[in-house]
Amino acid sequence: MNGSDVVVGIDTGPASEEPRAAAKPLRLSGDSVFHGAAMFAAFVAATTLFGTVIAIAYDSRLSIHAFGIWGFLKSSEWNPVTQTFGAFPFIIGTLVSSTIAMVLGVPVSFGIAVFIVEIAPEWIKKPVAGAIELLAAIPSIVYGLWGLVVFAPVFAQIEPWISHSFGAIPGIGALFQGPPMGIGMLTAGIVLAIMVLPYISSIMRDVFLVVPASLRESAYALGATTWEVAWDVVLPYTRSAVIGGIFLGLGRALGETMAVTFVIGNSNVLSSSLLMPGATIPSVLANEFTEATTKLYVSSLIYLGLILIAVTLAVRFLAVLLIRHLGRREGAAA
Amino acid sequence: MRGVLARRRAVDVVSKILMATATVIGVFFLCWIIWATLKYGIPGMHWDLFTKDTPPPGTDQFGLRNAFVGSLLLLGLSMAIGVPIGLMAGTWLAEYGFRSRTAETVRFLNDIMLSAPSIEIGLFAYAAVVAPMGHFSGLAGSVALAILMIPIIVRTTDEMLSLVGGDVREAAIALGAPAWVVITKVTWKAARAGILTGVLIGLARITGETAPLLFTALNNQYFSANMFRPIANIPVVIFQFALSPYTNWQQMAWAAAFITVLFVLVLSLVARWFLGKVQVAK
Repeated sequence: MNGSDVVVGIDTGPASEEPRAAAKPLRLSGDSVFHGAAMFAAFVAATTLFGTVIAIAYDSRLSIHAFGIWGFLKSSEWNPVTQTFGAFPFIIGTLVSSTIAMVLGVPVSFGIAVFIVEIAPEWIKKPVAGAIELLAAIPSIVYGLWGLVVFAPVFAQIEPWISHSFGAIPGIGALFQGPPMGIGMLTAGIVLAIMVLPYISSIMRDVFLVVPASLRESAYALGATTWEVAWDVVLPYTRSAVIGGIFLGLGRALGETMAVTFVIGNSNVLSSSLLMPGATIPSVLANEFTEATTKLYVSSLIYLGLILIAVTLAVRFLAVLLIRHLGRREGAAA
Repeated sequence: MRGVLARRRAVDVVSKILMATATVIGVFFLCWIIWATLKYGIPGMHWDLFTKDTPPPGTDQFGLRNAFVGSLLLLGLSMAIGVPIGLMAGTWLAEYGFRSRTAETVRFLNDIMLSAPSIEIGLFAYAAVVAPMGHFSGLAGSVALAILMIPIIVRTTDEMLSLVGGDVREAAIALGAPAWVVITKVTWKAARAGILTGVLIGLARITGETAPLLFTALNNQYFSANMFRPIANIPVVIFQFALSPYTNWQQMAWAAAFITVLFVLVLSLVARWFLGKVQVAK
């Protein structure tokens, strides 16, 4: 540990006023060294967040200078040959894939959480909860490998049916047209939906469990059904934390890199169809970073990372705030 | 009246079926992914994976030795950086910070870091270590992985130390032990299973991390144990080999994925077993 550094750092002021020999030996007691080291570690843990933002913003400076903020956000031109870079297709790709993940993942997560807390028989609760949590332990690169090699060929069989069923609907029909390739925006969204399940459902499950038994039992005593207790009693009571859990999942989906890179098809051109390939900010970073040859190219990629940080930071900030809100109310009531 | 009741019952039954279906969907995908890893990974298992280095393209050889060694070095150095910082920061929160405004702020920031996308941490390590050094390095990769594991260790240490009863602590203080001795000899010891769980979960989290390594440790076709240079590692090898046109490379990617999943699942199960012991003890 850096304990000794810290103590030296803290103590130079008073110590330097006295002759070295007279420096109080007590100053370097085990207690002050330990306390200093612990404080330093907490300081490091707390300030990494700011370090991340500052360092990434600093390394984006070339690109910010060249393309500005608004110009970079709205430009669709991403051309390493002419050294013009714009973030628009990647921002849309990130938002669209994460939206699909949320639309599919949130209801399923809610179902899993309610099933585990309210419906499942006692003996099945622990194994099921454990299995869902294991989904979070599987590395994202394995999701990617599975998505590309196993899931995409199966999904390519289903895609013609999706095109057929939804393609003719006016308005949203265009979203579901295209060749059945198995990979693309929709595939990425589905894989992301599976990946956010454990995060969202475990937060929901935890907060459903803190609902006071008196509330739940009062509702049952009045003759409410399980569904009515879940929807009209448990959910309103835990609303802020549930939204926080959803935001937490959204933060995961927005920043997920490897799984998306494998299955999204990596096309820098925006397509109107969800069945067509696309790209997200993380996927373009993973694909192009090692190939970026010029300083402006690297800086533009890091600039994309800065945009991602700005978005995910806001989402995570809200998530933590909302989840803690419930915890505080619980504490106040106790 | 009977109509309303029937409708309420029907909604209840349908909703229960839907909730059970949602759970089945989640478990189904878990089984599917694990089954695929077994199906494609086991045929690629080959003794040469552990004794030979990654073969050049176009040959039919097998080998991942350099990547295994690199990954172990990366994980080891990450733990050497991350565990002390996480442990001490968590200790500060539980033993010195308590519920103070500063401690609550640190906890809040730590919670935000807990869900940081790994790619952002990779970019940070690039900006903070790779760019100043002028080249990719294993050290930068370990810094990125350590930053990913620190928030997990901070949080579990903080929570587990807070669970230790005041009586043990007061007994030690009454015997005249200074604060740091009370913490290291009494509270850490009492909370040791919980703290270890945090370390294991942190290790499981970073084991398969790929994105941050793309910006930091990169890869190395050859055997190297030099942490100041690019170093081969399992996740990046999986990424590169899986997307290659060579059959043996793809097989190796699956074999490496199989070993990674096995390692992470065992770590998670051991961590859960430890956590179960903590909860029983309470």
